[in-house]
Amino acid sequence: MITYIARRMLQALVVMAAVSFISFSLFNYVGDPVDNMVGQEATLEDRQRIREVLGLEDPFFVQYARFMQNALQGEFGLSYRTKRSVTEMIAERIPATLELVFVSALIALGLGIPLGVFTGINRTSWISKAVLTVSLVGVSLPTFIIGISLIYIFAVNMGVLPSSGRAGTVELGGWKTSLLTVDGWRSILLPALTLSLFQVTMILRLVRAEMLEIMRTDFIKFARARGLPENRINYNHALKNTLVPVITIIGLNIGGLIAFSLITETVFQWPGTGLMFIQAVDFVDVPIMAAYLCFVALIFVTINLVVDILYFVIDPRLRAEGGH
Amino acid sequence: MAVQQDEKKPGLWARLNDNDIAYSFFHSPIAMAAAFVTALIVLSSFGAPLIAPFDPFDPAQISLWDGKKPPAWEVGGDPAYLLGTDNQGRDMLSTILYGGRISLLVGFAAVFLGMFLGVALGVISGYVGGWFETVIMRLADIQLTIPGILTAILINGILRSVLPPDLRDEMAIYVVILAIGLSDWPQFARVARGATLVEAKKEYIQAARVIGLRPALVMARHIVPNVMRPVLVLATIGLALAIISEATLSFLGQGVPPTTPSLGTLIRVGNEYLFSGLWWITFFPAIALVVLVLAVNLLGDWLRDTLNPKLR
Repeated sequence: MITYIARRMLQALVVMAAVSFISFSLFNYVGDPVDNMVGQEATLEDRQRIREVLGLEDPFFVQYARFMQNALQGEFGLSYRTKRSVTEMIAERIPATLELVFVSALIALGLGIPLGVFTGINRTSWISKAVLTVSLVGVSLPTFIIGISLIYIFAVNMGVLPSSGRAGTVELGGWKTSLLTVDGWRSILLPALTLSLFQVTMILRLVRAEMLEIMRTDFIKFARARGLPENRINYNHALKNTLVPVITIIGLNIGGLIAFSLITETVFQWPGTGLMFIQAVDFVDVPIMAAYLCFVALIFVTINLVVDILYFVIDPRLRAEGGH
Repeated sequence: MAVQQDEKKPGLWARLNDNDIAYSFFHSPIAMAAAFVTALIVLSSFGAPLIAPFDPFDPAQISLWDGKKPPAWEVGGDPAYLLGTDNQGRDMLSTILYGGRISLLVGFAAVFLGMFLGVALGVISGYVGGWFETVIMRLADIQLTIPGILTAILINGILRSVLPPDLRDEMAIYVVILAIGLSDWPQFARVARGATLVEAKKEYIQAARVIGLRPALVMARHIVPNVMRPVLVLATIGLALAIISEATLSFLGQGVPPTTPSLGTLIRVGNEYLFSGLWWITFFPAIALVVLVLAVNLLGDWLRDTLNPKLR
């Protein structure tokens, strides 16, 4: 057990080191940081002095070590564009991204599981077939097209929901939330729906497949033979047993939600971390890009580590072999 | 791709009927429809200079007076512009044809790059083994845990910022191809390695080795052709994904610039006019993109089911 987890942790560390190295290299290859600090009238001597003060004349690995030391303390310097602390800027925007991901996950579960159960039980009904066909088309649609379609229907044509931005936020102990006001919910609805549609499809198909599988097992046949009511078999026996793989997949898919939140945030001008990265690329704001890379890598490494450890806990075979 | 060749072979119906792929193709209406639509879009996009009513890149043919015209069947439409015109007075149908060409080019090039890298690394990994295999496959595993589109956006962002600002638009297409290609090699590498492990044990490979063929030749001449079947299935599905990735990057303003627009760029530009009711500037490129992606996806699904019945 300890070797298995230690090996996974070591791998996570290697990934983080590689990503931080890429982030650090960005500073060296993109633009000249001194240009971003001094005006046009600075003399060459001034520039040289600043370079020395900043340690830009130090050997590469000394600079890298310094970068790592700061990064480990969550310090990525000042944004070239806003001259504010990058860490602060990311911290400010994390609530927006997390709330978007959270609401999308809720929608995905709230729609995906019931639809999956329904299509699994009523396999031949035309409603099931319609749902499955629509979901097939849903997988093929790019996220941003779903986004602008929803904007066109609900914001332009019907005018019932705002098309962009994050309104009605309330400060709650340093966490700006939009989940406490009607305006906030109105503004999060469209982006969250856009982000969740792909996940809805996936959960629907997974739950359906699991339901079909379980309906064929002996314990369900036995439950039928005992004359239990159909509803109790469906929901109490079958559904309960489909949930283990569904929960694993959802855990794995938080990463996917974060990835696609980058697109959704840009479509809806939702002020989260993804939109910040896209804007940073446009302005070649290296400190923000570097920090975002490390931030995303940290999220994915953490998710994978947790999933690996969960597998280990769930699957006894891994424990017996000492892991692969 | 193999499908269209089969289609065009003149006559020889009996031989086609013998071929299991062709047989399955002519007995699957969905596959035939998907192939037809894909072929139609590919041919009309690449033949754009011949069949497009206007050349959207020729300033002499564009007039701002003709801008923002609705499709021909709407009130105020002009029969010369079947699908209307955009804000600059360019014919929508022509820009979509030319845009589709760029989307397809980027898609094909990106998939080819990913396939080339993945197959090369995968075959070498499977054949040579050792530390090379461990490093490459661990790398592939790690990259596969991150959604491809996120990898593509991040690589694209980094490459863009490395370029000097005046080159950014000019090089955008190559940057996008590189970013998407680098984001989808791991799947090809995995499949190619798996197939190589199977092939390498077979007698013809041992024979090739015994007669003293160099490893590079064994891999290039004997293993690669025999691992291409699953790889091509992956490439077809990968093409749809690459087209989506390109469109997404361009829509985010990080891809192909408006001077040589792809479908994604057209949708991005049109999106700004959505609120003024000029729906057709976004709608038609979006429909073209969705139909293209759907057709390629269905074709890929059919190919997978036919070549790999186990995966069904």
